[in-house]
Amino acid sequence: MKKLMSGNAALGEAAILSGCMCYFGYPITPQNELTEYMAKRMTELGRVFIQSESEIAAINMVLGASVAGARAMTSSSSPGMSLKQEGISYLAADELPAVVVDMVRGGPGMGNISPAQSDYLQATRGGGHGDYKTIVLAPGSVQELTEVIPLAFDLADQYRNPVVILGDGMLGQMMEPVDFDNIVPPKAYPKDYILTGAKGRPSRMVRSLLFDTKEEEEHNWKLVRKYQRMEQKEVRYETFLIDDAEMVVVAYGIGARIAKGAIKRLRRENMKVGMVRPITAWPFPAAILQELAKTVHEFFVFEMSAGQMIEDVKLALAGKGHIHFYGRPGGVIPTPVELYRIIGRHYYTATRRKQQ
Amino acid sequence: MKKVYTRPKTMKDVHFHYCPGCGHGIINRLLMEVIDEMGLRDTAICVAPAGCGMLVYNYFDIDTLESAHGRGAAVATGIKRVRPDNLVFSYQGDGDLAAIGTAEGFHAANRGEPITVIFVNNGVYGMTGGQMAPTTLTDQVTTTTPEGRDPIIAGHPVRICEVFSMLDGTTYLERVTVNKPSAVAKAKKAIKKAFQCQLDGKGFSLVEILSPCPTNWKMGPVESCRWIDDVMSKQFPIGVVKDIK
Amino acid sequence: MKGTISIDPERCKGCGLCIEFCPKKLIAISDRLNMKGYFVAAFTDGNECTGCATCAVMCPEVAIEVMRT
Repeated sequence: MKKLMSGNAALGEAAILSGCMCYFGYPITPQNELTEYMAKRMTELGRVFIQSESEIAAINMVLGASVAGARAMTSSSSPGMSLKQEGISYLAADELPAVVVDMVRGGPGMGNISPAQSDYLQATRGGGHGDYKTIVLAPGSVQELTEVIPLAFDLADQYRNPVVILGDGMLGQMMEPVDFDNIVPPKAYPKDYILTGAKGRPSRMVRSLLFDTKEEEEHNWKLVRKYQRMEQKEVRYETFLIDDAEMVVVAYGIGARIAKGAIKRLRRENMKVGMVRPITAWPFPAAILQELAKTVHEFFVFEMSAGQMIEDVKLALAGKGHIHFYGRPGGVIPTPVELYRIIGRHYYTATRRKQQ
Repeated sequence: MKKVYTRPKTMKDVHFHYCPGCGHGIINRLLMEVIDEMGLRDTAICVAPAGCGMLVYNYFDIDTLESAHGRGAAVATGIKRVRPDNLVFSYQGDGDLAAIGTAEGFHAANRGEPITVIFVNNGVYGMTGGQMAPTTLTDQVTTTTPEGRDPIIAGHPVRICEVFSMLDGTTYLERVTVNKPSAVAKAKKAIKKAFQCQLDGKGFSLVEILSPCPTNWKMGPVESCRWIDDVMSKQFPIGVVKDIK
Repeated sequence: MKGTISIDPERCKGCGLCIEFCPKKLIAISDRLNMKGYFVAAFTDGNECTGCATCAVMCPEVAIEVMRT
């Protein structure tokens, strides 16, 4: 039975059904509905909820809860996400699972509270220090949150690594019908690294300071091998009308919803446009783009930013094809009609160029 | 002849890295003695700081976690909320707790988190080479106050125990030192009391320990101990600051 | 002799706290240089030691063991 829920609330419920035992968060628009939902539901269920004194405190509480063996989550929006970067670096270094949600808003600096996609590079490159990666999942609908959230907790436990959910203010605050029927009871993962008190076993230390550079290098390569496994196994994406496409749009999250609407209009006028929608922003679905580049020459990157994912598209295509770009930073949300006109113009110009 | 004093069982058989006469050595030992005497090895979890005290995980034979600089109280909160029956304590220096970690320490205290903070106050940033700390005394010379600390530019030394005592969430706060045998005995008692406070579920406890740092005070170890009596404890009075029964 | 101590010369850093606080002044810096490069404290042989363990209490290196009859 589908219920009408905001993305933020659905995200919270999905986390709870995924066995999230601890939530720590600090108020920041546009994700407050999630913090408030967790305040109510986690307390009802006797689980741990703390409104922390800052986003820094929250990510460190997550680290503590995780090292003690619990599934823990925190959420924030862009300025707060910047504060969490140190904690995320430590989580990755310590090889601890965690789920960190970013409901992106206009930036940089204070920005505004409108939805945006301008934290892509921060999320995928890692805004924290050191050589580390986090899987980045970019859901595009409230229902998709119910798939992505349990997956995030599972991947975090499986790989012992923080997983980032790259949402945005629109996804968080829009309301859509949603059901949670697909969420199954969480799998139990071996937790032979957590701190529980050294009863009947040698004591454990969890730390990331490795003075000996040989040791530190080894640790880094160990992490790299883990990230390579993620790149091999965890790429996720969706395609839309690519079979006969002459131009392929690349967009994610809310951007992809808008693009879908634009593409439907373009198709009505026989413009052969399709779309690849990354669901994992990291690892980025480079292979499908490389495959398409054998027959498709026009790619159109659309982002609600000044241009971040376009770097990954350029890397994937390695000079092949022609990359068009339309970006709107600052929390501006183009309509499908606006986007249809712009893509249409580019499609027309590209077709003319081919004919010459 | 029987052995009446030896290394605590829960202390690993490793040489300390601390400077000659450093208070950390005594404090580390006291913590392990208390853990031995109270039988807490199986339940203790320690959160280590950034700073000279960070390497306690090499010395304590208990579960330990290295926290980011200043975040110990928040991390300890996360651990204790998940494992309320464990003894969870953070070990933090004056930079860790009184500078970068003030918000996390203040709010863990304010929430009355039943954790224990062992706050090692040596009035200076040791590991990084002797820069000013929030607890550096007025006129004290450090590498970033080469003319002596001027309160107009650099603020006044911070008394953490007194500040935290104003929060209703704190239960037991005591300031001790380890500069002479009688003081060491009192320090050990305070640590025991703080741990007991946590185990009894009474709330947030903190033991502030004035600790000699001969290297960065540019004094010998014995002179450093005297300086704590003659000068430092005038700014940071020794004694119980708060004790809610 | 009621008590005696043993100082681990490789742990000792010659800080002098045991020397300062021994009530009977039974410890002194020796001219033995250890692997770390410190002149270490040594128990001066005598029957005065009561095994009070003050030296061990003050030692920051956990270098001193105390024995008593």
